[in-house]
Amino acid sequence: MAEFVLEVGTEEVPDWMIANALGDLERRFLDALEKSVLHQGVTCTTGATPRRLVLAASGIPLRQADREETLSGPPRSVAFDAAGKPTKAAEGFARRAGVAVADLAVGEDEKLMVKRQVPGRATVDVLAEALPEVILGIYFPKTMYWAGKAGPRFIRPIRWLVALLDGQVVPFEIGGVRSSNRTQGHRRLGEPDISVTGEADLREKLRANFVLVSVADRRQKIEDGIRSLLPAGRQIRSNPSLLDTLVNITEYPTPVLGEFDPAYLKLPEEVLETVMRHHQKYFAVEDAQGRLQPGFVAVSNLDGDPDGIIRKGNERVLRARFNDAQFFWESDQKKKLADRVEDLKAVTFQAKLGSYLDKTRRNMALIDAIAPPDGSPQDLQHARRAAELAKCDLTTEMVGEFPELQGVVGGLYARYQGEPQEVADAIYDHYRPAGSDDSIPRSKTGQIVSLADKLTTLGGFFRLGMIPSGSKDPYALRRAAYGVIRILIEGGHRLSISEICEKADAGESAGALREFFADRLRYYLRDVRGHKYDEVNAVLAASADEPLDAAERAQAISLVRPTPDFEPLATSFKRIKNILKQAGVEEHPAAPAAQESLLEEGAEKELFAAFREVSPRVAKEKQEGNYTLALTAIASLRPTVDRFFDDVLVMAKDEKVRKNRLAFLAQLLGEFSTIADFAEIVSSE
Amino acid sequence: MFAAVNAMQTYQDIISKLKSFWANKGCIIQEPLDVEVGAGTMCPETFLRVLGPDPYRVAYVQPSRRPADGRYGENPNRLYKHMQLQVILKPAPEDVIEQYLESLEAIGIDLHHHDLKLEEDNWESPTLGAWGIGWQVMLDGLEITQFTYFQQCGGIDLEVVPAELTYGLERLAAFLQNVESVYDIHWNDTWTYRDVRFLDEQQYSVYNFEKAGVPGVWKEFDLHEAEARRLLDEYAALEDPAQKARFPLLPTYDQVLKCSNLFNTLDARRAISVTERVAVIQRVRNLAVGLAQAWMNQREVVA
Repeated sequence: MAEFVLEVGTEEVPDWMIANALGDLERRFLDALEKSVLHQGVTCTTGATPRRLVLAASGIPLRQADREETLSGPPRSVAFDAAGKPTKAAEGFARRAGVAVADLAVGEDEKLMVKRQVPGRATVDVLAEALPEVILGIYFPKTMYWAGKAGPRFIRPIRWLVALLDGQVVPFEIGGVRSSNRTQGHRRLGEPDISVTGEADLREKLRANFVLVSVADRRQKIEDGIRSLLPAGRQIRSNPSLLDTLVNITEYPTPVLGEFDPAYLKLPEEVLETVMRHHQKYFAVEDAQGRLQPGFVAVSNLDGDPDGIIRKGNERVLRARFNDAQFFWESDQKKKLADRVEDLKAVTFQAKLGSYLDKTRRNMALIDAIAPPDGSPQDLQHARRAAELAKCDLTTEMVGEFPELQGVVGGLYARYQGEPQEVADAIYDHYRPAGSDDSIPRSKTGQIVSLADKLTTLGGFFRLGMIPSGSKDPYALRRAAYGVIRILIEGGHRLSISEICEKADAGESAGALREFFADRLRYYLRDVRGHKYDEVNAVLAASADEPLDAAERAQAISLVRPTPDFEPLATSFKRIKNILKQAGVEEHPAAPAAQESLLEEGAEKELFAAFREVSPRVAKEKQEGNYTLALTAIASLRPTVDRFFDDVLVMAKDEKVRKNRLAFLAQLLGEFSTIADFAEIVSSE
Repeated sequence: MFAAVNAMQTYQDIISKLKSFWANKGCIIQEPLDVEVGAGTMCPETFLRVLGPDPYRVAYVQPSRRPADGRYGENPNRLYKHMQLQVILKPAPEDVIEQYLESLEAIGIDLHHHDLKLEEDNWESPTLGAWGIGWQVMLDGLEITQFTYFQQCGGIDLEVVPAELTYGLERLAAFLQNVESVYDIHWNDTWTYRDVRFLDEQQYSVYNFEKAGVPGVWKEFDLHEAEARRLLDEYAALEDPAQKARFPLLPTYDQVLKCSNLFNTLDARRAISVTERVAVIQRVRNLAVGLAQAWMNQREVVA
């Protein structure tokens, strides 16, 4: 068994692509082994820095096993003439197979056959052939070419290739680079040309040349370094995605602690953190209580900073950034948000939808339409005020510089300028949820403002027929609609899709907008809440108009489903539905009631009695929103329904009896299908 | 304190050292283009030379005008007009990054003591129909260079991939001289950046933000666009190779650049709405793409 190591040496690969690329590399490598039947018992490890993707495998056979191959030829009837002599067809087959005619045999299928030994190939040859395709097939979101238009495509130029099987070079070439046993160290701290014999040697020599191939080692080095830098009582503000980034943009990470003038702490934390995290890739420093401290941690790609050169450089850059932010803050305060509303006239929202002033007016009008009827007048006033000021930060320099802080800046300025807390918070939150990880606005007021903003956007674009299709969604309308669904459900707002679509004023596209929301609702119930697809179908088939209600019904179904009566009852309901369909009878809760006198004694009357008994209970529980209890009550009908189908022939000869029976079933099905359409449930049996 | 940095290099020292570094690497040292541009990329020395199969190596300082970035000379880090050192290496040598690092060392930046990182930053210019793959180069947390492997220019996939290095000279100088404001940069031993450039920054900010006559600038834009369009149409109608070979495509390109700068001026005056913006960018792009195609055609005719 042999050991193999591959290093793809590149120019700096974007940090966020590295993890996926490694996974893909390993998968493709193992697939290639499997295709050549070399995969049994092989184990893989991977590692990477921005400049190299490394894969090591052990337990690879040095050769493929020899194997016996059976070739099949023409049928006996064609291969031999009447006299039993081989024909031209038999001779041709023998020639192609490389054997004498005498060696041909006839198989069980009455066709000529020949067995021959195929020697296994050397693994080094198999790999040499497969590796270029393994490497170049790694998926990257955006690739480039560097060696001319006809050259290979990869995420960044490939500059060297190490490929060793038990120390022997596996020879291949990509874009003019030939594989070898030579790697490169850190760009400045390491040697540019290092020969290696295998995986362990590669890792060891690279470490000596200031490259930690192991992602975990680099993470550890950063974490340890930070711990040793920070004085007692100080910690970095945790930020896993920033840590990932730093691990993957360095080969030899060493944290550097810097400070800034505490006077900058007067700036809002959001601004300080945005500058540090997003613009400079620094960790913010806080005390044990989580209060921001005038320090930061940068992560360098060197072995240390004995003279404080890197620290001073980073401090200088941060100072300039903070100075900018402070300058923006001060200059923005010269004009209050409230005095900027008219300025929104000059900020285009969308050519046909007018300016942000127009949008602000629409948002305010919509607030009046969707505000909860039981809310206090003060809440409504706060929501209106927040909507009036929400877009004003678009005219500030701070948002001009840090667009990712829109909304947040407005909220901060509103508070600073003496607007009520409720108003400031609502402005602060009104773009939320920004993504699936983000929460919805904290307060009801904020939720209403956010709903209004999203709905006027959706209504406007749909009215213009600018409806997202395929991957094209330049105005992020899917995210807006999904945000609406989440706010309605998670914020507990009893608004229906048809209601909000009407108020969103989508014109002729109102139907399309309803569909659009329905898709988001379906996605939310399935992929976020984790309900099974048939449960979601059942719930939405019953009624899909009020998202909050649908979510509650889906929750109930998920709870009741594992109980023993549920699925069998669902199967019976499906049967009823089919029977009604074949008979051309529509299920309807208000279907003409069945006449008790026409019912058969026994199972049918029993079912009718049970229905009479359960029906008001179901109605009451449903009315009170106790869907779980309602469903449990319906499920309790199962034995009675089973007996009915065992004993009663639905399609009775007597027309009156038959019609009455169908009417009864239609009523039953209709009345019990308003929580969920059980016919949609796919039995797990 | 800055042990790794030479005692004091003036702004012009830094520029001449970088130029001399790249001259030694075989680059033509060009002088700036005399038409207003927003970036060194827009100069024909980049935009047109990267097209086609012929190798080229050039370095030049290009004053780059960005009307919307002006701050009346009051912001220590922001400028209406900044200086770029633009280097084009076509084809990109295999050790291009190493060469670039050496150029930093040539101006006294010891990379054993300064932290240098290449962070993903792909460059795209919608108005030029151009894009590339690359990085922003961060030195101790400061972006000092944009590094791009061009992939497409004027809407044309490039036959030979060039590397483009764009150094931000003011930033580099402020870093090397350890000053907080670009205006405190020592241009030479006697004069500062403020002495040389402040009036530019102040007056062009006033012009771009307050005084530029919007209708007049629009009219200029239309005139230059029409001129470029007329010439491009005329070229397209030519059949005689001799006529094509001597056709003034370079002056036509000047007209395209004029449009681009006027667009930026209108933008700074906030005279262009968001949707209009897309349409105007498209107009400039159409000219740039048309010019690039005509240029390729002319090169083939001449060859």
